[in-house]
Amino acid sequence: MDFTFSEEQEMFHAMFRDFSAKEVAPKAEELDHEEQPPLDTLRKAANQGFLGATLPEDYLGAELDYVSYALLIETLARDCMSTAVTLATHVSLVAMSILEHGTDAQKEEWLPPMAAGEMIGSFALTEPDAGSDAMALQTRATYLPPLTGGGQEGGMILDGVKTWVANGEIAGLSLVFAQGPVGVEAFLVPKDATGLTVGYREPTLGLRSVTFNTLYLESCRVPEANRLGEPGEGWTVAQRAQNRMAVALAAAGLGVSENTLDVAAQYATERVQFGVPIAKKQAIQSYIAEAMGEVEALRYLVYHAAWLADQGGDFSFDASVVKAFGARVACSVTNRMVQVMGGYGYMEDYPMARKYRDARALSIIGGPTELHDIRVAQRIFADLDLEIAP
Amino acid sequence: MDFTFSPEHIALRRMIREFAETEIAPIAAELDREHRVPFEVLRKLGEIGLLGVCFPQEYGGMGAGEMGYCILMEELGRVCTSTGTNVGAHIGIGAMAIHLDGTPEQKEKYLTPLARGEKIAAFGLTESGAGSDAASVRTRAVREGDSWILDGSKVFITNGGYADIVTVMAVTDPTLGARGGITAFIVETDWEGFSVAREEDKMGIRGTSTAELVFEELRVPHENVLGKVGEGFIPFMKSLDMGRLTLGAACVGGAQMALETAVRWAKTRKQFGVELAHKQSVQWKIANMATELEALRSLVYRVAWLVDTGQPFSQLAAMCKLYGSEVASRAIDTALQIHGGLGFSRDFPLERGFRDARIGEIYEGTSEIQRIVIASNIFREHGVRIRP
Repeated sequence: MDFTFSEEQEMFHAMFRDFSAKEVAPKAEELDHEEQPPLDTLRKAANQGFLGATLPEDYLGAELDYVSYALLIETLARDCMSTAVTLATHVSLVAMSILEHGTDAQKEEWLPPMAAGEMIGSFALTEPDAGSDAMALQTRATYLPPLTGGGQEGGMILDGVKTWVANGEIAGLSLVFAQGPVGVEAFLVPKDATGLTVGYREPTLGLRSVTFNTLYLESCRVPEANRLGEPGEGWTVAQRAQNRMAVALAAAGLGVSENTLDVAAQYATERVQFGVPIAKKQAIQSYIAEAMGEVEALRYLVYHAAWLADQGGDFSFDASVVKAFGARVACSVTNRMVQVMGGYGYMEDYPMARKYRDARALSIIGGPTELHDIRVAQRIFADLDLEIAP
Repeated sequence: MDFTFSPEHIALRRMIREFAETEIAPIAAELDREHRVPFEVLRKLGEIGLLGVCFPQEYGGMGAGEMGYCILMEELGRVCTSTGTNVGAHIGIGAMAIHLDGTPEQKEKYLTPLARGEKIAAFGLTESGAGSDAASVRTRAVREGDSWILDGSKVFITNGGYADIVTVMAVTDPTLGARGGITAFIVETDWEGFSVAREEDKMGIRGTSTAELVFEELRVPHENVLGKVGEGFIPFMKSLDMGRLTLGAACVGGAQMALETAVRWAKTRKQFGVELAHKQSVQWKIANMATELEALRSLVYRVAWLVDTGQPFSQLAAMCKLYGSEVASRAIDTALQIHGGLGFSRDFPLERGFRDARIGEIYEGTSEIQRIVIASNIFREHGVRIRP
């Protein structure tokens, strides 16, 4: 056992903090109020190598370990959860899927521009009638026969509608899931593909700088070379991506929780009521102390899950545990820290209200808490020889 | 024991429900989006007598008692927390102080137009350094002949940006503090020296005005002292008791809406081949929501009955506000969760409900203050005096 960070991890952490203080924090409020994606920040993050955070150097990545990557997401989310989620969608859901499942040619083609920030990734899994239930996907992939005589490759036609596509309208490349002849398949669909239209942007409670769009695939033509993984392997691609994202989202929950705790604790030392700073009131002390316990528990759950991912084994169980717990902690901590600040916590002139709205997303995006609870229960009961259907 | 509503109250509820469904529900989303106070709704509510629902008929009221007022607030809370907040600040704390402690002349002059909705009231207590700690008020009033000169400011005043009449609490004797040194005044907002300094940008209840009010050498005639000089704290506290009860009533409506919406969705939304209603994690959520809602409903209408029958109710009113705001927040949070992504979208009313409900635990005395009030009352009966 060793609970210390390596020198390298400490160095990265300092670098993340510096970047976030300089580039993320000053813009967070305005981006939220104007519902603008953090495009400028993404460019600067690319210069630092953050958009290829966990990619190998061969593909222009920063080759960070997962613990350092968790620190990156945590640090960004302290100042702006929208920026953290935008970046994690790009790295964890899309770039890492290509690295894990892509052919050498696919990696060569897509990863360097993604790491350089020339191409942002979006993740298109959810459909109007298939949220948590990915087996109910209605989007279809139909294989075209190769053209006779010409030697031209056949390719696929995609038809369907994807909703809540994170990074939808800012993406250059979309990872799209569809039902193929032998099961779910994953496809890399560039934004200029014929038949692909980016549509409606969801107006949201929080994460207002993340663009969640509807994608329309109407006879969308994609060459067979853009299929990620083998036929029927798409579901594995989706699940592994979601496991990585679950840890990243939990890290974001950690960041937002820590930050609101810091801010509210500071406020409690300054706000005088009944003749004393409210920090001297036991009720406030309980809120702060309970939140701290939850934050510390979440912290080591996050780092542990990231460390497991670094070990290269299956971390899906821990990913679901940490995602469900992280969402609960982030919602309850931000909720109580709003309460510590009273009326000031409710005003949009202070970042607390934004952080409370943002944190609420964590119980829903990346699979709702109920789904992760089911996955955790499935594993627990499987160990007891009982199979659980969702 | 009799837990039935009178035929009059049943008819009143039917009338309000219809008004709320046709006049308020269709514009609730727009009020939130546009950050707009529904003046046209307030005017109509006044015309049909609802802004005087609990005030005596001799002063333009409907005479439907606290029971009638709670029914109004429940029905408004069910469709639009902003409108409920506007009405609650007007009736429940703004006009209520005049109803409770005004002289016949003050009631004739001020309560009557307020009850008819011809004028709108606000309640001026909170200051930047005196929120939950109401006794730390700094706004000063100095006697000058037949008048008082007010100087100071109030923050987070609901209806503050457009009210015609504000009941203001000010220090008249700094040496006495809350015990004999604070006086309540009825202030007309078109008097010289009154101004609105800013409007707050809030997370929710965006169809309300929350304003900072400034008084600069504001001259108030002595006849506008509400209650006795030095005893302003008493009518304010009584108004706040009433306000706590009716906030609880609005929370019944909010939680009711959340439950109805969640049940409707769980009946139709299919995941993993079945409707969500068949999933135990959803069943548990619905069962908990419904149980808390019924407990809250019983508490609220019991306290309304206590008020209408002249019995003490202060302790239970604090419980209505505390429990009501937490039940409503939980109910809307749960309904949002059952809806998943749709719940998180501003295209559906739960998102607004989530932001709106959060104010319940903060305004008109935070949940922490309610707990202090409740615990203080309990310990006082046991001979122990609690300081906040």
